[in-house]
Amino acid sequence: MAELRYIEDVVTLELDAEICIGCGMCQIVCPHGVLVVEERKALITDRDRCIECGACAGNCPVEALRVKAGVGCASAIIHSWLTGEEPSCDCGGSC
Amino acid sequence: MNEQNCDPPSVGKSACCPPPKVEAATCCPPTKATEPCCPPKAETPACCPAVADDRPGYKLWAFVSGWHDSPVGRIPQIATKLTASDILGRWQMRWGLGRMRYSIAPGLYAIGTPSSTSPVLVTANYKMTFDLVRRDLHNHDVWLLILDTKGINVWCAAGKGTFGTDEIVRQVQTTKLDQVVNHRTLIVPQLGAPGVAAHFVQKRCGFKVIYGPVRSRDLQIFLASGHQATPEMRRVSFNLAERLVLTPVELVSMWRQILWSIPILFILGGISPEFFSFAAAWQRGGAAILAGFAGLLAGAVLSPLLLPWLPGRGFAFKGAVTGFLVAILGTIIFAAQLNWLNSLALLLALPTIASWCSMHFTGSSTFTSPSGVEKEMRHAIPGQAAALLVGGLCWIAAVF
Repeated sequence: MAELRYIEDVVTLELDAEICIGCGMCQIVCPHGVLVVEERKALITDRDRCIECGACAGNCPVEALRVKAGVGCASAIIHSWLTGEEPSCDCGGSC
Repeated sequence: MNEQNCDPPSVGKSACCPPPKVEAATCCPPTKATEPCCPPKAETPACCPAVADDRPGYKLWAFVSGWHDSPVGRIPQIATKLTASDILGRWQMRWGLGRMRYSIAPGLYAIGTPSSTSPVLVTANYKMTFDLVRRDLHNHDVWLLILDTKGINVWCAAGKGTFGTDEIVRQVQTTKLDQVVNHRTLIVPQLGAPGVAAHFVQKRCGFKVIYGPVRSRDLQIFLASGHQATPEMRRVSFNLAERLVLTPVELVSMWRQILWSIPILFILGGISPEFFSFAAAWQRGGAAILAGFAGLLAGAVLSPLLLPWLPGRGFAFKGAVTGFLVAILGTIIFAAQLNWLNSLALLLALPTIASWCSMHFTGSSTFTSPSGVEKEMRHAIPGQAAALLVGGLCWIAAVF
């Protein structure tokens, strides 16, 4: 089957390898295999696969990862444009 | 219903176990005194605990198969076999019917007969999620800690933070989990991780978070292998079946826009050289509504299904391509009835509707980033608006 890939060069994921302690938590939580730990340091292998869910940053005990996490949903973004609120799944109660 | 369980073994009258109509409660009160009368048959619990657990105004869920004793009291024991009503409920959810009210009470549940050393698995209180988890834990003895996610699935609730550190800590404390089990480990679904900070959970309630697999169907292997998940179990997928099952709710979610469009299209369809024609409203308006439905199906069903094979990256673009192919088909089939302006209108409007619907499928997908969705929307929406406007003008101009 053809591979599902989304728009490139937009992801806000950042890794500070200096701070990383290589605990491997980010590799465990990432649902798209973006992060891999090699030689006790995390690496971003395929950043365009990142969906900015925020799991890695939230579970990094030393805050070596940064990402502008959010909901990848058109309705949520339209709702946020109209109301000025942060995009969330609370858009009209149906999504 | 289970009167026979309460019948005395002898034919003679019995003060202890009268016919149920007199007073059900006297049948098998949980006191030792009645034991000689109501024989300690294995079936008796089926008769009486259900009555004992009835509370005014409350109804016991059908999935509660019994009660399991724990150091903090009785814990509802849940069935791992789904019933017809569970499956019916899942179908209702797939069509978006009452989806915001399909939740169960948060708290601690038992699957099988768990002990103080049994694993504790955490999940959401969306009943569809709960059903899949208990079904997939058939023949296991585990504790299920259900978080209050307001009836939302794990991944979406984690995105909102309702499946999160605070709620885990709160449920661990309110259920007195530290008295129920003597280990200090919680198995949390990996897709809950966006809302959970494992290190803070441990700091705040002493329980270590272990992230389990993405899909509940891998739980049995995960538990059997000593909490090892293969890379496959850690990756989300989005195969054809997974996309297909999400399309009905996508269609249903458009109902507001559909209801608005129908009268508008009838009115616009009636515009004619002699100001307004009801015959035209019916004929042209009806044709436009059919074209709109074709666009809806192209964008909300066909495009999601064909996702990996459609050109481009953006969902709006993929939807436009699908809609354009359907529109071309339409102009060929209805070539005799459509003049060039009508055909042009169809070629512009139908792909626009498909593009709009397909763009909304980003919310259902598992591989779109918010930055990407925002970027594609900034490009797509002006194009959609322009195409719809020009298409609409062509359609109206076609009668003059």
